[in-house]
Amino acid sequence: MRTFKSLMGASLVALMTAGASAEDIAITGGTAFTDGGSGKVENATVLIHDGKIQSVTAGGAVPAGYRAVDASGKWVTVGFMVSGSNLGLMDVPLSGNLNDARTDAKNGMGLEVKYAFNPASTLIPVTRIEGVTRAVTGFSGSKDMWRGQSAVVALAGDDMIVADHVALSIDMDEGAAKSNGGSRAALWDSVITTLEGARPNGDDDKKDDDKKDKKPKYDSGKAALERVMTGEVPLLVEVERKADILNVIELKKRFGINVVITSGAEAWMVADELAAAGIPVVMDPSRNLPEDFDTLGNTSAAAGRLHAAGVKVAFMAPDTHNSRLVVQNAGIAVAMGMPWDAAVDAISKNPAEIFGVAGSYGTMTAGKDADVVIWNGDPLELMTSADAVFIRGEQIALESRQTKLRDRYMDLPRSPAYNK
Amino acid sequence: MKNALTRPAWLRSGLAITAMGLALAACQPGEEQGEFVEINKDPFPSSYTPLASIPTLITNVTILDGKGGRIDGGSILMEGGDIKAVGQTLEAPEGAEVIDGTGRWVTPGIIDTHSHLGVYPSPGVRSHSDGNEVGEPVTADAWVEHSNWPQDPGFVRAAAGGITALQLLPGSANLVGGRSVTLKNVPGRVAQDMKFPGAPYGMKMACGENPKRVYGEGKNSPEFRPHTRMGNVAGYRAAWAEAQDYQRAWDKYERDYKAGKDVLPPKRDLNLETLAGVLNGEILVHMHCYRADDMGTMLDVMKEFNYKISSFHHAVESYKIADKLKEDGVCSSMWADWWGFKMEAYDGIRENIPMVHKAGACAIVHSDSDSGIQRLNQEAAKALADGRRVGIDISKAEAWQWLSLNPAKSLGIDDKTGTLEAGKDADVVLWSGDPFSVYTKADMTFVDGAVTFDRHDPSRQPVMDFELGQPGEGDVK
Repeated sequence: MRTFKSLMGASLVALMTAGASAEDIAITGGTAFTDGGSGKVENATVLIHDGKIQSVTAGGAVPAGYRAVDASGKWVTVGFMVSGSNLGLMDVPLSGNLNDARTDAKNGMGLEVKYAFNPASTLIPVTRIEGVTRAVTGFSGSKDMWRGQSAVVALAGDDMIVADHVALSIDMDEGAAKSNGGSRAALWDSVITTLEGARPNGDDDKKDDDKKDKKPKYDSGKAALERVMTGEVPLLVEVERKADILNVIELKKRFGINVVITSGAEAWMVADELAAAGIPVVMDPSRNLPEDFDTLGNTSAAAGRLHAAGVKVAFMAPDTHNSRLVVQNAGIAVAMGMPWDAAVDAISKNPAEIFGVAGSYGTMTAGKDADVVIWNGDPLELMTSADAVFIRGEQIALESRQTKLRDRYMDLPRSPAYNK
Repeated sequence: MKNALTRPAWLRSGLAITAMGLALAACQPGEEQGEFVEINKDPFPSSYTPLASIPTLITNVTILDGKGGRIDGGSILMEGGDIKAVGQTLEAPEGAEVIDGTGRWVTPGIIDTHSHLGVYPSPGVRSHSDGNEVGEPVTADAWVEHSNWPQDPGFVRAAAGGITALQLLPGSANLVGGRSVTLKNVPGRVAQDMKFPGAPYGMKMACGENPKRVYGEGKNSPEFRPHTRMGNVAGYRAAWAEAQDYQRAWDKYERDYKAGKDVLPPKRDLNLETLAGVLNGEILVHMHCYRADDMGTMLDVMKEFNYKISSFHHAVESYKIADKLKEDGVCSSMWADWWGFKMEAYDGIRENIPMVHKAGACAIVHSDSDSGIQRLNQEAAKALADGRRVGIDISKAEAWQWLSLNPAKSLGIDDKTGTLEAGKDADVVLWSGDPFSVYTKADMTFVDGAVTFDRHDPSRQPVMDFELGQPGEGDVK
């Protein structure tokens, strides 16, 4: 009896955690893009098994036991990824509940998404029903320039955080200089001093070695910095001005760390240098105004220019609530000169690579998580929508708080709360 | 909308102060009278002059006329700053430039009812923050045109997105933020060079969270009201009551003067003058309002004081009361999908615009953004697709009304622009393709028949003063 009970418990747990993702699915007849915006397969049969991509073949048969989903005449891509959001960390930031993405912490270096992340946020269904299934999420402000550690989340299922330390984020634009010493010189002096102090086998470590009996005090910031210094995660640097970006390239060389530029208004002006240094750029491709003296070179041709120079590019959305608009942003980049396949890469395989999750997401490769979207046309087009969305093999309902409001008021009833 | 038409005589009288006063004063015997005092209602007159243009014929082009019609393979002729003809085939007059529009589309120029270009210009540095006259909750004496910096690079980016006219509004910190101004989207050396000739003034008001946050929770607290939504409404009503009093004082002055008395006019009050202008029907109210219940309250305040709200702005919950908005003839200036950044925006849905349209109410796509204004056609495309997905079948030709005719109506300029009809201003966009596609861009934008932006001719891509000698000068944007 005892054995029986424990077995039953185990199977229940399996059902609860794997849920519908255990379902075997065959998406048939669509035009699939298996490698970001490339790897086009006509009349593709996409097999999903155990939540993972099993295979993508032209005209492949549907094995017994697989639920067939017809995608004839439709486009099939991986679920897209927005790079740089506060998803799960805020709901109604200005006048609603607590905005966990901003903090008054004095040292923001050690902040971790997992302690603030809310999987029940209404923003998550709003985002995923539009075919955006993954996000980099992190903090947007603290008392100093350090903005904690970003995470990658899958936008459905249990355990949404698929990688909890994907970058250490730091703000080094004009605004950061203003509030951290009042000059770029002071900001940089502080950052370089911090990084020098964190070099492996530095003086501090030697001292520790001398006092072997003393237990090292836990320091979350130090742990975060160590991930950067050892090359485990990149330093994600928000910076705009060309001169500042050249300094970031120098910083990378000096410390031998991985660096990712984010925002990067004038990055295109040093595209060749960034390509040579292997520094990717995470950006909003729609920006084209001199927002301040930091961003005078802004142009919506930037994404195409960076790509042409060989820089790996990933896209942000205009804001967290509209993370879904990262797809429109990719379309805008194409309109302004970026090849279509490169723009799709910038919302799929590129961010997967930049943020270290390419082993499990980003392409329709056997063994990777089955984040798959069936679109009723070119996914970057404004009038296209997602017909079906699978996240880690689970087909999600195309419902959100917004669709419920819409359905409630479609016929303008007297008292909508009593109608449904 | 009955209240605008059945306005009592004393409300309308403000329109006629000058003529009646002078004509009747001469007939009165009795005491010697001073000169009748009249208020100049246009102290900052438009100095707009159309840019140079040549007759232009666009042929073989897909035309959306802005009032719901579509012509495939059609032609449009612009001459002398006006639209001369729209039809299937048209003859090119002598000396006209003929543009082959094969594969391309022509629409009326886009009109944005809600912009802060020039008043919150780029670069957005502290010195340029000229959009909210915070200090008093009611600042109807502030005129946004006095904050407009015509060198904002945003105006040129907007032209590249097909914007031919726009309304600049004060911000939404105040219950009454001040007067708006409607512009032709053309370069100007002074702000008056951009003013749309003959366009009525508007006045900005704001519902809900912003005023009560700025005053109730701001640095002015607790000396200033409002702190609550009911405080907001008390503030609007108190302002209208004062404006009525001011109107009565001027009416009495006029009556007494006509009766031959030597009377002094009331002291001018610039705040009440603008509010009285609304009550007179000369100034259109544009009201920032998100929630359905806030809008519902304001519809009654509007009736109580017998004025007209031309458009609610942002109006993210218009879909909940679209029937009432139709009944009262109030437009909604909306986003396609912005939502959730504050509590009163939390119920935003993607189908708001098509649901308002479906109810027969006036739907407008607006930006409130220096980025959004560059792609309002894309906002309309998203809204159209979202509507169709739930069975609201609207054609692209009908949907274009959201971008030109309906905004023109709400700004009181629909007799001059907003559709492609002979005799109207030649405010026109030639698109590289279907403007409901993300890949389509405005090839050429015309205001009064003159090219304000040409994507294929760098000499017709204006560079603003600020951009000269800076990184990015003259670059593709």
